[in-house]
Amino acid sequence: MDIQSFINNFASQFDDTDASEFQAETRFRDLDEWSSFLALAIMAMIKSEYDVAVTAQEMRDAETVQDLFDIVKLHC
Amino acid sequence: MNNPFSLEGKTILVTGASSGIGKATALLCADMGAKVVAVGRNEHRLEDTVSSLTGEGHGRIVLDLNDEKAVEAAVSEMPLLDGIANCAGLANMNPFQFVSRQEMDAVFSTNFFSPIMMVNKLLKSKKLQKGSSVVFVSSIDGPKIVHAGNSVYSASKSALVGMARNMAVDLVGKKIRVNCVLPGTTDTEMIRTANVTEEMLLETAKSLPMKRFAKPEEIANAILFLLSEASSYMTGTEIVVDGGSSIV
Repeated sequence: MDIQSFINNFASQFDDTDASEFQAETRFRDLDEWSSFLALAIMAMIKSEYDVAVTAQEMRDAETVQDLFDIVKLHC
Repeated sequence: MNNPFSLEGKTILVTGASSGIGKATALLCADMGAKVVAVGRNEHRLEDTVSSLTGEGHGRIVLDLNDEKAVEAAVSEMPLLDGIANCAGLANMNPFQFVSRQEMDAVFSTNFFSPIMMVNKLLKSKKLQKGSSVVFVSSIDGPKIVHAGNSVYSASKSALVGMARNMAVDLVGKKIRVNCVLPGTTDTEMIRTANVTEEMLLETAKSLPMKRFAKPEEIANAILFLLSEASSYMTGTEIVVDGGSSIV
């Protein structure tokens, strides 16, 4: 897995935020569109794309897209 | 004094009796005088429930309700029943675009097919006596409201209500009543799935009119009512126990 495809998968869960806004350093909780439902969708995307079950606590611990990528990589 | 809420002299089957709403229901039924047949998957936890029941003559059956052959064998060994509280259930949170058929099968198997097939087998074996009461624990999710990410669970609980209403009509001639209890979110192990934190639960609870989830005992009270003679003119209906969640 590479960070760019992870960012693309991450960005595709958002409906109103432009894909260009997503970088490895993006603090996703600061985005207007962020919600607890999107957290659920991101966890489901990770399970479906990478077969990794990220817990809600791990999701909360991640500040940036890179943080989340690192957590997923750890489980891969 | 005649107490219409008493279950004295009745034998009640309670599924999901190892924990949560099922455990609270088993304990309350025994307190109200019933002989309880407690069904659960986990032997140790089921034993914990049964050893806490007041009164005597209770039974226990360690059983996976999704195993149809095992259910059939267990039903043939059961005593005559005056009621069944179908409390076993499975939570599932996943946005619709990610749900799989496999996931739907698992949720529908536990929440829909297992309870209705249990009742179906009890009827075929003539274990449900005249005057029996069948209670299904559905949910406000599906029949009343929806929560994001809860589509499969909601669908399974809605299916249960549809089936129960029709069963009520089909079984009225046998003098068997069929009703559902629709709980709001109830503070049990079931709601603590891996993709939910305690913090998220606390936040959700605070958003409810009563600022808290239901206690399992509060759902058990409604189940008891439907099992008892106090609800003798009720069939094919639902009781909402949600602290006002579905009206705001």
